[in-house]
Amino acid sequence: MCLAIPARLVEYVDEERMYGKVELGGVQRRINTSLLVGEDKTEPGEYVLVHVGFALSRVSETEAAETLRILEEMGPAYTDEMEQIREWQAMEEELVGAHYRDGNGGSPA
Amino acid sequence: MTDTMVEPGSGAAIRAASARIADPEQRVLERIAEIRKRKPSMREDAITMSHGAGGKASHTLVTALFGDILSNPVLDQLGDQAVLAIPGVDHIGLAVTTDSFVVSPLFFPGGDIGELAVNGTINDLAVGGATPMGISAAFILEEGLDVAVLRRVVESMRRAADRAGVSVVTGDTKVVPRGKADQLFITTTGVGVVALPNRIAIPRIVPGDVVILSGAMGDHGATVMLARGDVDLEADSLRSDTMPLNGLTAALLDSGVDVHFMRDATRGGVATVLNEIAQAAGVAVAIDEASLPIHDAVRGVAEILGIDPLYIANEGKLVAIVAKQDATRAVDLMRSRPEGTEAVVIGEVLAEPEGMVFIHTGFGGTRVVDMLIGDPLPRIC
Amino acid sequence: MKFADEFRDADLARALAARITAESGDKHWKIMEVCGGHTHTIFKYGIEDLLPSNVELVHGPGCPVCVIPMGRLDDGIAVAHEPGVIFTCFGDLMRVPGSKGSLLDAKAAGADVRMVYSPLDALKIAQENPDRKVVFYAIGFETTAPSTALTLMRAKAEGLRNLFVFCNHVTIIPPMKAILDSPDLQLDGFLGPGHVSTVVGIRPFEFVTRTYNKPVVVVGFEPLDILQGVHMIIQQVLEGRCEVENQYRRVVHDDGNPKALEVLARVFKLRSHFEWRGLGFISQSALELQDEYADFDAEKVFSVPGVRVADPKACQCGEVLKGVLKPWECKVFGTACTPETPIGTCMVSSEGACAAYYNFGRYSRARERERVLASGDRPNGNGHSNGNGVEHDLVPLAVRAR
Repeated sequence: MCLAIPARLVEYVDEERMYGKVELGGVQRRINTSLLVGEDKTEPGEYVLVHVGFALSRVSETEAAETLRILEEMGPAYTDEMEQIREWQAMEEELVGAHYRDGNGGSPA
Repeated sequence: MTDTMVEPGSGAAIRAASARIADPEQRVLERIAEIRKRKPSMREDAITMSHGAGGKASHTLVTALFGDILSNPVLDQLGDQAVLAIPGVDHIGLAVTTDSFVVSPLFFPGGDIGELAVNGTINDLAVGGATPMGISAAFILEEGLDVAVLRRVVESMRRAADRAGVSVVTGDTKVVPRGKADQLFITTTGVGVVALPNRIAIPRIVPGDVVILSGAMGDHGATVMLARGDVDLEADSLRSDTMPLNGLTAALLDSGVDVHFMRDATRGGVATVLNEIAQAAGVAVAIDEASLPIHDAVRGVAEILGIDPLYIANEGKLVAIVAKQDATRAVDLMRSRPEGTEAVVIGEVLAEPEGMVFIHTGFGGTRVVDMLIGDPLPRIC
Repeated sequence: MKFADEFRDADLARALAARITAESGDKHWKIMEVCGGHTHTIFKYGIEDLLPSNVELVHGPGCPVCVIPMGRLDDGIAVAHEPGVIFTCFGDLMRVPGSKGSLLDAKAAGADVRMVYSPLDALKIAQENPDRKVVFYAIGFETTAPSTALTLMRAKAEGLRNLFVFCNHVTIIPPMKAILDSPDLQLDGFLGPGHVSTVVGIRPFEFVTRTYNKPVVVVGFEPLDILQGVHMIIQQVLEGRCEVENQYRRVVHDDGNPKALEVLARVFKLRSHFEWRGLGFISQSALELQDEYADFDAEKVFSVPGVRVADPKACQCGEVLKGVLKPWECKVFGTACTPETPIGTCMVSSEGACAAYYNFGRYSRARERERVLASGDRPNGNGHSNGNGVEHDLVPLAVRAR
């Protein structure tokens, strides 16, 4: 429901009024950093989640890497199965093609 | 499961498949497709900003009001330019196009309203395969406008015209009271000649053709959006892409590449042009998201504001529909020229589903790419 | 783009989709994404194309634009027409129809309506126009409400007297409860709203697991986040677990953002009840300004008509929001109700289930059908059975990963 984008915190520009500058793809915007306290305390160079001009939280590099690691571990185990599926699809398409070419045919199963 | 009961490809299988096709969802989708093909009607009581945004509302205004009242065989083609027959001459026609420019601010990184007015008109002629001959410019000036500003805009028009090898040959000026216009508006009309029969025509688009985009999307729209200052974003690298494309189109046509159709992707962006093409030609257009060229800063703006770059305006990019066997040649030729260094094949023309544009997402899925509805407004959710 | 591109990787997606396909078995799964942002991602990336046909995503009520009832929008438009008012709102709202047109129409009729990207932009406009009354029409769930709260705190601290908030902030838990209490609902689990959770944390969703025995996985907004969330729900069910899990650890702390919760409590209190478009009145489901901020409350400062406008009869948004009907099953979908001329809430914002389906989803369904037609029958019994036995599952395609 809420569009929030990870952007790099460039610097704090106004500590008193809690403003900072973020950057994404060379695009910069001034954002409010009031919510970057406690666990979300962010150093320049780190990433924050930006929503309607406010930094909502710090983006944790460690946690992002951990999530990706889990995702990547799922990959290899299923590569074989994917190969099998592709073969099956190719076989099926060939068979179906043959039915159309021949007008009719036996069950591919 | 009835599926297991029948032989594939047999009469029973086809009947079963037809029955599935006739399922309620498909019926709904077919009805939608029918409705979308109907001539739109103007439902609003007042003009809103959407009618000027280049998307569906603009399309409705043009077809249902102007096209309806002013209907004639030339206008009914609703091209960016009209081609008029010259009595007694059958191998060339007169190409005419007109465009108004109301951009705010008048000056933005990479260009200004004057340059835009000249390039925009040249491009509307060029993408139709015409050679621009001359430009007419009409100015609406707001009382109190700084003469230095006007001078700067007109000097910029001069430079743009010289660059494209075209002259501003006539014009008109009106001044309106302060507040009745925003500084200055320009309307330009371009006249050119086109060889007949025109090689560049909607009916020449056939399934199997490839879709080429001459460069990165959204530079102009994103630049102007930031220059307006409403969104408080800054990007040093962002520049409008405004430039004349007549050199590029002439080179393409002279090279013998079998170009079937071209259109510049201005308001409404690449998505809107592709939808216009799909609907006018009665074909489908499939594009590959991963192939779409886009500069980092435009991507950044699009991500932050929740806007799809496919809908952001360009002022120096064209979409070319080219015969498949000539695709590589066309791209190589475009890349060899300054206007097309980032040219790339972005998709292909398919027979079905008629009138629809869809995109294969980089993620492996598929989605429909519809025409722009209203302005591309930043969203927060 | 860092923290975005990595989570859009097509190869990882296919592997994950294959895993979901393998593990989901023959059961028909219905998983609701509560949040409109998820709906948007699902359609934008074509995620349903990757999922097996027996895993169905139901698009829930979490679009703050969609849930604003017509009467409330009319109230906003009435304020926009008041002399001297500069009416500000997010771009999302501009085209949403009230009973007599949208804010875009109001602008065309002469109202000074301005789109802002942040409530702070409204504050800036107020500072720059001291002789005008600047109204910010606030919408959004707990994600957005702290921004409004901090803006108001700043306005108060600076003694600004010409900024007013028309508050439509809503909270996510009550509509989830309303949906869970709906008798015709059959869901296997929820994808929890990641960005709301950055503020409220994941604990508020524990009632879903405890009271209703449905698993919740709070997920992010990139396509891999959603696929992983789906997988985590399926795993929970298969392993007999029922928990609130956090897939979106890179930004969501289990306890949320205490500072954000603190500013929310300082500026807002719960309304006794609030009307949700398509869902009706839900008690304690929205926020209003604390008495301390009454001077900033547009509803108190301006005369607001407050006329309730019933949802159009033909509109079946309520059923769509609860996942009982699919968008295309609504009587007016795509015919009377389209993104250009929306009737119901689900069609008004690109996050609404109907608009997302209309804008993005129409083709992939059509293609599935073509594939079925083109391939005649499908082979059965080779481990990729399409026989999930669910009648309304339209196209039994075994594996759509390419």
